[in-house]
Amino acid sequence: MRERSGAAETHGHAGRARRSAPAPAALLALPALAFVLVPLAGLAVKAPWSRAGSALSRSGAWTALGVSLEVTLGATALSLLVALPAAWALARVPFPGRRVVRALIVLPIVLPPVVAGVALLAALGRLGFVGALLGRAGITLAFTTAGAAVAAAFVSAPFLVLALEAGFRGLDTRLEDAARALGASRRYVFQRIVLPQLRPALVAGLVLAWARALGEFGATITFAGNFRGTTQTLPLAVFQALQTDPGAAIVISLGMLAISVGVLVAVGGRLLVR
Amino acid sequence: MSVQAATALEARVAVERNGFRVEAELAIGAGRTVALLGPNGAGKSTIVRALAGLQPLDDGRLELDGRVLEDTATGVRVPAERRPVGVVFQDLLLFPHLSALENAAFPLRARGVPRREARARAGGLLERLGVAHRGTARPGELSGGEAQRVALARALAHEPRMLLLDEPMSALDVRARGEIRTLLSDLLDGFAGVRLLVTHDPVEAMALADELVLIEEGRVTQVGTPDDVRAAPRTPYAAELVGVNLFAGSLARLDDGSGVLRTAEGDVVVGWPADAGARTGIDGVLGVLRPADVSLFRTAPEGSARNVLMGRIAAVTREADRARVRIASSPPVVAEVTAASVARLGLAEGDPVYASFKAVEVSLVLP
Repeated sequence: MRERSGAAETHGHAGRARRSAPAPAALLALPALAFVLVPLAGLAVKAPWSRAGSALSRSGAWTALGVSLEVTLGATALSLLVALPAAWALARVPFPGRRVVRALIVLPIVLPPVVAGVALLAALGRLGFVGALLGRAGITLAFTTAGAAVAAAFVSAPFLVLALEAGFRGLDTRLEDAARALGASRRYVFQRIVLPQLRPALVAGLVLAWARALGEFGATITFAGNFRGTTQTLPLAVFQALQTDPGAAIVISLGMLAISVGVLVAVGGRLLVR
Repeated sequence: MSVQAATALEARVAVERNGFRVEAELAIGAGRTVALLGPNGAGKSTIVRALAGLQPLDDGRLELDGRVLEDTATGVRVPAERRPVGVVFQDLLLFPHLSALENAAFPLRARGVPRREARARAGGLLERLGVAHRGTARPGELSGGEAQRVALARALAHEPRMLLLDEPMSALDVRARGEIRTLLSDLLDGFAGVRLLVTHDPVEAMALADELVLIEEGRVTQVGTPDDVRAAPRTPYAAELVGVNLFAGSLARLDDGSGVLRTAEGDVVVGWPADAGARTGIDGVLGVLRPADVSLFRTAPEGSARNVLMGRIAAVTREADRARVRIASSPPVVAEVTAASVARLGLAEGDPVYASFKAVEVSLVLP
């Protein structure tokens, strides 16, 4: 014990002793900054500002925006449904194999989206082993708006799981015990004590998951296809416009860039920075 | 104070946690305060958790007012939220995202009392405890004493039949502690149910409890009134813990602003309590003095200490490198000094000695 605390102290000293580098060293951040800003500047430079409005309507961007809203909100709701109980279990129940389960749950973060799409098609498609059952119940997911939402949820739910698990871990469980001893049922404890304290993590997780769903391309086009009005989301509209009207693709992209910046500001950069 | 003979709480608790077994029996009458005293890690908090229903018994039985709350023999177990229990937790554990008023109203809201009524009742309690003006503050904005009062209000809001106080004053500084102790004493007197006070502070226990239950390493080592335990402590821990000097008498104000506590066996000069208000004389006051705060001298000392008592040494008992010296002065006092001091001063039974202590070192408990 003593040795360890000694080591921690040494560590602390090292941290404090760290000198600030001279100001010109900040230029080291320049390549990364340029790497992001140069392409984004390209969007602004090449955008056909004068015919932006007509480009948007001809490329079906407004329709795609509607589909995107429907798909991303559906995906976020679905993500919350699966992520909340999973995050609670991962944070609170010390079951064997917990690390493996967590790794599997967050696998879609590193999985190539097109692989996710093929996998979804194989399982939930008309001929998939789950899809066939759903089909008998009258539910079709492949190449439908609902399917696009499932594809987006598949890739975005892990972000919510991670954010919520961290949130649960940050709570003082003694407060929940206190609430129980003072007469609160488990449900009431969740409503009045857990949920309000979980709110920052919940909001950050929802925003992240929603943003990931908004950008979803590979899994969606593979599993749900690219049909205007039903499964063509904004990224798919960009993809299609590129082949016929690159100017329109740029305008839609600028719109999505604005949304991304808005999201970044909304979460205060906290979760993304750390 | 209404003292009833009927035993309201009968508890036999056996709990094993991480290889540490706690076994204790408690019997507390309605309107009685029992202090559960023990060193850190003795199992005090485990017993509180078991009584509150947060820790299932491995073996045992809990009965409160004739109602079985838990019985491992029959498998009965009333869940925590349905026990008529109020708890003040160690570190208070106020809900950080709720206002003081919402905290106090929580037990009522949890039981389905409508918001308006719950707030009115909780507000009344905060008023009684003198913190109504802090109702909208979050716990993080409250002072230690204010947070303490809110925690007490929260524990009492739903009119429980048993009040559990787990180290209720551990988070307070010395000044606030005296204030809260007086308040707590009033509250306990006015609470008709069973009261269990968990503490490792002998002053707190002596001042507030009718009976002491000493617990060490998960076992009860002694049960008795404070006087019983003081007269015949059964373990070294008990001797050290409860072997404090107690002076009971009437308090009178002196011209210089301090006070004098007149006991049947002699007078002690004390500081005038800040919470005495405009009164100049108070009966039934308890003064508590730790033996370690008493210094011994061979010749009459000259110093700032207001109390210098002369008497013959009645007994010297050694415990490791410490020694307790009992002096037959008026009133009699016990001093705790190092064994080295005893040797240096050549203290032996029958020798005359001067015992001195400062007025402010006597903690006062007002009725």
